[in-house]
Amino acid sequence: MAAGEQVTLLDSWASSFGMRVRIALAEKGVKYEYIEQDLWNKSGLLLQMNPVHKKIPVLVHNGKPVCESLVIVQYIDEVWKDKAPLLPSDPYQRAQSRFWADFVDRKIYEHGRMILTTKVEDQEAAAKKDFIDTLKLMEGELGDKPYFGGETLGYVDVALLPYCCWFYTYENILNFSLEADCPKLNAYCKRCLQKESVSKSLEDPKKIYDFALMLRKKLGVE
Amino acid sequence: MDEMKYSMAEEIKVFRSWSSPFALRIIWALKLKGVEFDTIYEDLTNKSPLLLQYNPIHKKVPVLVHNGKVICESLVILEYIDETWKQNPLLPEDPHQKANARFWAKFGDDKVMQSIGGGVLLKEGKEQEEGFAASMEDLKYLEEEIRGKKFFGGETIGLADIALGWLAHYLDIFEEIVGLKLIDQEKFPSLAAWKQEFTNAPIIRENWPDRDKLVTKFAAMREANLGKGTPK
Repeated sequence: MAAGEQVTLLDSWASSFGMRVRIALAEKGVKYEYIEQDLWNKSGLLLQMNPVHKKIPVLVHNGKPVCESLVIVQYIDEVWKDKAPLLPSDPYQRAQSRFWADFVDRKIYEHGRMILTTKVEDQEAAAKKDFIDTLKLMEGELGDKPYFGGETLGYVDVALLPYCCWFYTYENILNFSLEADCPKLNAYCKRCLQKESVSKSLEDPKKIYDFALMLRKKLGVE
Repeated sequence: MDEMKYSMAEEIKVFRSWSSPFALRIIWALKLKGVEFDTIYEDLTNKSPLLLQYNPIHKKVPVLVHNGKVICESLVILEYIDETWKQNPLLPEDPHQKANARFWAKFGDDKVMQSIGGGVLLKEGKEQEEGFAASMEDLKYLEEEIRGKKFFGGETIGLADIALGWLAHYLDIFEEIVGLKLIDQEKFPSLAAWKQEFTNAPIIRENWPDRDKLVTKFAAMREANLGKGTPK
């Protein structure tokens, strides 16, 4: 980090969006200050840095905020461009990466949100099938590559990897097994967790599950 | 063996529907950059096999096909266009300003379109009131962002202008259909000025879909949505 650089991350430990930024910063070797946010009692700093959405993650770089996790990841890739590029250099490959990261945001996030906020008895078989089909589409896109980015972690990996610590929660609520239904994705998660930038950025799946149960009780669905 | 070097004629195709504001973004971007392309109009009630082949996941327009390379999702396509044809850039060089443009483009799609399109246009009663209140909040943020600027991109049209540009034409139509004023000159003077600036800008002003046809289409969409039974 250059002298005088100040990098701060406003985040919340269980957030899959925050984890994306943590992975990106770790891949780039950027030193930063992590400030845990209480999302039920939002700090003045958070409200000042993200007045529009009042959400985390927010990256504050030399006093200037960047909001929205994938916007932040692209920003990180552009500023710290000399190490571990996340997006490829070819415009068409970049478009493919952006498409699949958007797919993760729209489909996997939406499925996850539905699963989290629905009672177990109301979880429909159709929704479960849809979720597994979506994960299989990701498996198809991964193909035989070690990472979505090819030989190294890329933009799509950064978008998707936080879900690796949330899958345990979805498995338990939805009653399915990632290992049985999506073995390739399961193997991918295990492989990626061997990388320090990933393992240090993600949380213990059991802690996430306890957190999810607490959330579900609060919402009255558990 | 001698390598023959030849320049391949660029083949650029845009799959669109006549009314889709998302597809319009692509038309604007290519024309602003002076890029020639072929247009394929899709009937979204009867999608062509080619569209379904090119966009099997979302089955939507727009789709850009550039020398056989297929790109889907309007904001993804816009960035591809900006990176491939560098004249009249849609995004600034500075990473923070770039991030800002992307933020507002996303805000438009995630929030403004939902509150105005989903909330105000397609709902009635209490739900519409809630949509209206949400859209007032959203427009307030846009008003603050555009204040003091000609376009969201500064002096020239940028990514955020293109993403939010549907407001400059479609909003009047929605307002007419539901009988509500959203971008009130007094409440949102800077945004009202931007609307004028954008709607009359070269290229933009020549490519708006037919107003009367849009009124008919969106009025029918509203009726269909309201007739779907009791709102949740």
